[in-house]
Amino acid sequence: MLVSAHLVILPIILPMLAALLQLLPWGAQPQRYRRAIGILASMLAVLLSIQLLIAVDQGPLVYALGNWQAPFGIVLVADKLSALMILLTNLLALPVLIYSCYGEDNLGSHFQALFQFQLLGIIGAFLTGDLFNLFVFFEVLLISSYALLMHGGGKLKLRATLHYVLLNLAGSAVFLISLGVLYGITGTLNMADMANKVALLTGDDATIARAGGMLLLVVFGLKAALLPLYFWLPQAYATTTGAVAALFAIMTKVGVYSIIRVFTLIFGVDAGAASLLGYDWLWWLGLATLGIGAIGVLGSRDLRAVIAYLVVISIGTMLTTFSMNSERAISAVMFYMLHSTLITGALFLLTDVVAEQRGKTASRIVKGRKMAQHGTLGMMFFIAAIAVIGMPPFSGFIGKLFILEAARTGAQVALLWPLVLGSTFLMMIALSRAGSRMFWHTLDGKPGEVRHPTGQLTAITLLLATIVGLTIFANPVSSYTQAIANDLVHPSAYKNAVLGTGVSDVK
Amino acid sequence: MEALYAITVGMLTACSVYLILRGRSFPIVIGITMLSYAVNLFLFSTGRLVINQIPIIGAADQYTDPLPQALVLTAIVIGFAMTAYSIILAVRVRGEWGSDEVNDTSPNDGEGNR
Repeated sequence: MLVSAHLVILPIILPMLAALLQLLPWGAQPQRYRRAIGILASMLAVLLSIQLLIAVDQGPLVYALGNWQAPFGIVLVADKLSALMILLTNLLALPVLIYSCYGEDNLGSHFQALFQFQLLGIIGAFLTGDLFNLFVFFEVLLISSYALLMHGGGKLKLRATLHYVLLNLAGSAVFLISLGVLYGITGTLNMADMANKVALLTGDDATIARAGGMLLLVVFGLKAALLPLYFWLPQAYATTTGAVAALFAIMTKVGVYSIIRVFTLIFGVDAGAASLLGYDWLWWLGLATLGIGAIGVLGSRDLRAVIAYLVVISIGTMLTTFSMNSERAISAVMFYMLHSTLITGALFLLTDVVAEQRGKTASRIVKGRKMAQHGTLGMMFFIAAIAVIGMPPFSGFIGKLFILEAARTGAQVALLWPLVLGSTFLMMIALSRAGSRMFWHTLDGKPGEVRHPTGQLTAITLLLATIVGLTIFANPVSSYTQAIANDLVHPSAYKNAVLGTGVSDVK
Repeated sequence: MEALYAITVGMLTACSVYLILRGRSFPIVIGITMLSYAVNLFLFSTGRLVINQIPIIGAADQYTDPLPQALVLTAIVIGFAMTAYSIILAVRVRGEWGSDEVNDTSPNDGEGNR
């Protein structure tokens, strides 16, 4: 009873409670209790998000905080898109947390609590139906990410974090300006209400709203690492610890989610004078991001940097595909998002293990000595590489197929196909070069001494298993993403739930 | 009043952008602080500039919009904490690298290291 009435807010409350409990002084050996709390909370969160996914099947759920009704109060809205993103976050977080519990969380203080706060911010951003609240949750996730990025300390991390923090502070300022512009014109911050008001604007007011919308695109583009704003990403992701980098696989997707949410709901097809704002920019910038990412993958001499550029490629692919603005395209984006988040997380963890076992050569793509668990890691890398490149039989192949299929007109096909296929080819070259250097061309002599516990390898295997699961259940998943796309293209159900009938749902 | 207000916000923003584009961490942090001032003023003005009115509808002919004031308050709190964090970070970077230049390493320094 209690659970079903407050189901929408529980995914936010749970990590917050867990983090607060973890912050308590737990005696001489606090880490044991903190790990137990964290893993328990993450497991519960997975169950909760599955329940949320089932609950939103009937239509969006609206939760009015403090029972202040929209558009005056802040509402949390769970629709299919939010529910899927929350499930994805928790599915990624659990293996990463298990991995980090084997010592990585001891490198700095309060890793466990920061991890949960990070989840709190990410999940909150997926759930909120209010633009200013989105800003607040962005700040929550940024503040924890600033600290997590520094986890373990060191000169390189410090500098990467400084860049990241300063850029995001400037980004937050731009976010506030765009919120101010949109509030000044529409007089509301509720997304559904704003969508209705923006659609009615004409003349100068519409122009100002368009300016506000484009500023929002800049902010979300910064979070998502779109082309002119991606420079922070390779450095930050390549220098931080494995578990943090793996968790950050979802961070750029928060930016993509925000773009999808705001630019289908507020600046979608029905937005009057501001309709389809920024889609042409997304198309060209997405393509350019894709190209730059492919060059980066080929040019990197460190496996971590290669994977960081794989993130850039995935962002370019998703945003370009999204800008084609058809149901098929959005569905393809969602499927690809699931795949790319999970596989990048797995790859970051795997690279961490490989780097530690190789010793001095670490993750540099050079000849090094054999690893202690050479065979196992080699197999895992092989599977992960095939999946991330997008070769059959794994979900990357299916995701790319959906994306290629989504391009309909001649111009779309002429630009998207060569870039997606070309980048796939470059990824294949880069990863096979890395794989053969690191796993085949090893130095003769004794293998390294460092072994990793089975638990850590199991955590990575779990992530790889989700990829296999995504491949096997591709059909139900893709019909679900099509339902999401349908909801996004026809946002009236969302608007009605928030502004109209949603009132009676809330107790 | 609107013109004066707009010029103030514009000047603050322009100066902060200039400072943020500098190459050392201290001017950048100052620039970001200044930018947050500009943003707060701007947010405040989105409820329109009204003098000597209460934020209650119906109590008088004119009223002032309370929401931007709440937004500014939130933005101030967050901005304050962030500025403190970035100052500490900048000081740490200055200590560890021996320089407050933001970009002077060659990109290959970091390979294989953490």
